[in-house]
Amino acid sequence: MPDATGLELIAAAVRERLGDETVVGTDYHREQAMLEVAPGSVHDTIAYLKEEADEPFELLMSLHGCDYFPAEPRLGVHYQLLAMQRTDRLGVKTRVGVEEPRVPTIVDLYSGADFQEREVFDMFGVVFDGHPDLRRILMPEDYEGHPQRRDFPMGGEPVLFTFNEHEIPRWYE
Amino acid sequence: MSDPRPTDVPYREREQSVTIERLGGPDAPVYGTALEPETELFTINMGPHHPATHGVLRLLLTLEGEVVRSVTPLIGYVHTGIEKSCEDQAYWKVIPFVERMDYLAYYYNALVFCMAVEQLVEEEVPPRAQYLRVIHLELNRIASHLFWLGTSALDLGAISILWYALRDREKILDIFEMSSGQRLHPRYFQVGGVVEDIPPGFEQKVRAFIPDMEARIDQYEAILDRNEILLQRLKHVGQVPLETLLDLGVSGPLLRAAGHPWDLRKAMPYSSYDHFDFKIPIGTQGDNYDRYRVRMAEMRESLRIVEQALDGLPEGRYITDNRKIALPPRHELATSMEALIHHFKLVTEGFRVPPGEVYAAIESPRGELGCFVLADGSAKPARVHMRDPSFVNLQALRYMAEGRLIADLIASIAMLDPILGGIDR
Repeated sequence: MPDATGLELIAAAVRERLGDETVVGTDYHREQAMLEVAPGSVHDTIAYLKEEADEPFELLMSLHGCDYFPAEPRLGVHYQLLAMQRTDRLGVKTRVGVEEPRVPTIVDLYSGADFQEREVFDMFGVVFDGHPDLRRILMPEDYEGHPQRRDFPMGGEPVLFTFNEHEIPRWYE
Repeated sequence: MSDPRPTDVPYREREQSVTIERLGGPDAPVYGTALEPETELFTINMGPHHPATHGVLRLLLTLEGEVVRSVTPLIGYVHTGIEKSCEDQAYWKVIPFVERMDYLAYYYNALVFCMAVEQLVEEEVPPRAQYLRVIHLELNRIASHLFWLGTSALDLGAISILWYALRDREKILDIFEMSSGQRLHPRYFQVGGVVEDIPPGFEQKVRAFIPDMEARIDQYEAILDRNEILLQRLKHVGQVPLETLLDLGVSGPLLRAAGHPWDLRKAMPYSSYDHFDFKIPIGTQGDNYDRYRVRMAEMRESLRIVEQALDGLPEGRYITDNRKIALPPRHELATSMEALIHHFKLVTEGFRVPPGEVYAAIESPRGELGCFVLADGSAKPARVHMRDPSFVNLQALRYMAEGRLIADLIASIAMLDPILGGIDR
């Protein structure tokens, strides 16, 4: 892990290369470095960290979403980058509101992001602009809503039994 | 049983096989390529209930004769919303939930979640608990690889191996039953340590198991390494270039078989793995045969780790003595008011975790198993996400299978070793 100073150096390098408004903040918490960037510049930041940075992070190990409800902006997308030679990890995150949850895709940088971006879209409704095949991956294709959002009720779906089949309209379809 | 084969010969030439060349030499076109693509492409559905897909994996295949032209995995058939359910449980009650994701490597799921929470609450794990965890993890790795070995060999036509491998897996489950009372999903790891110390007789049973298992691995290799059908179906099948694997984020035995010695136990040691002497087996060509050999070698290394952990097992506590996180010992409840309060608070509400977010990662039998936990200050996590290696590794399937025979697809799925419980969660 880069330490708190190392994280600030990375943030300064990103700011210098991509503009001051790129980096929203840095967070060094429990020995983990996290760089928060503006939603529009996720692709450029990760491309810079992968290819141009002095100490590159060349691998994407995990891409996942979370919901910061009730804080705004609510949705978060996290990217866990890894540098194998230096055994170093760096988190990059961005936060978008539920009204217009749009983040540029990074599938062109890492093809492994394909399934993971589809999962974040499926569970949180974050739209990845430019993703070649943005469909639901775990939930059924005709499912409505994004179940991992915090305002989606737990157990909100009726379960079909013989005793309640007349209560669920058109259950046989 | 001693290995009759010479050890100074490279491993790929060690088995005593006859060579049956493909008609027309190795460069001859495979059957089916001469067909007209416009007229002969057809799409079939494979799964989700197909015995060779290791769970409810559904594949949409486009075939040209017998040659696979495209593979599209369709997943989600066992999606049960475990991550969502975790958000409604106190932290210590999440452990049984996450254990049910990758149902062959349950100790790993529990460990990575506990590690993430331990980072959030800044809790040190006592050395004895770390060693006990390593013993169970490595036994679990052997059990998981044995299950892979049995089902994979079954896919390739070697039925008897399944019964042998499951017989040995039963012995490991007996050991798990001694320590926690459960054979599967034991809930043995807790935040801050393990739930109970090992019982008398546990060590003797594990020590008796180690030489037994070594002899068994020799036997399995004696059966499989001279099996002409198995060798023909594994060798030079399913190679994926190393750059593609890294681009996809593939980890674990698949990456190591392609010659990249990446193992989190060595690279970023956790749970005292830096105390043990073990090797990282890697392959040279990255085909299905190398994936098979890497996993077989990993089982031997795991046995070495278990033996070292038993030899060096430190004395001391098996769980942290922080009463805000771990339950007090049962006998204190009768005499100590404070212990009773702690017990009551932990069982009813659970412990609160300060706000924050962490990502912990360990090396599971299938690759990097990551766990992201978002804490909002309450006694329940706001988000638990598992970065399951099977989910990410599954994307490599089309690179392994496209342009090859459909029979090779079955071998590639077997050597990919996907666990659908982990993929769908």
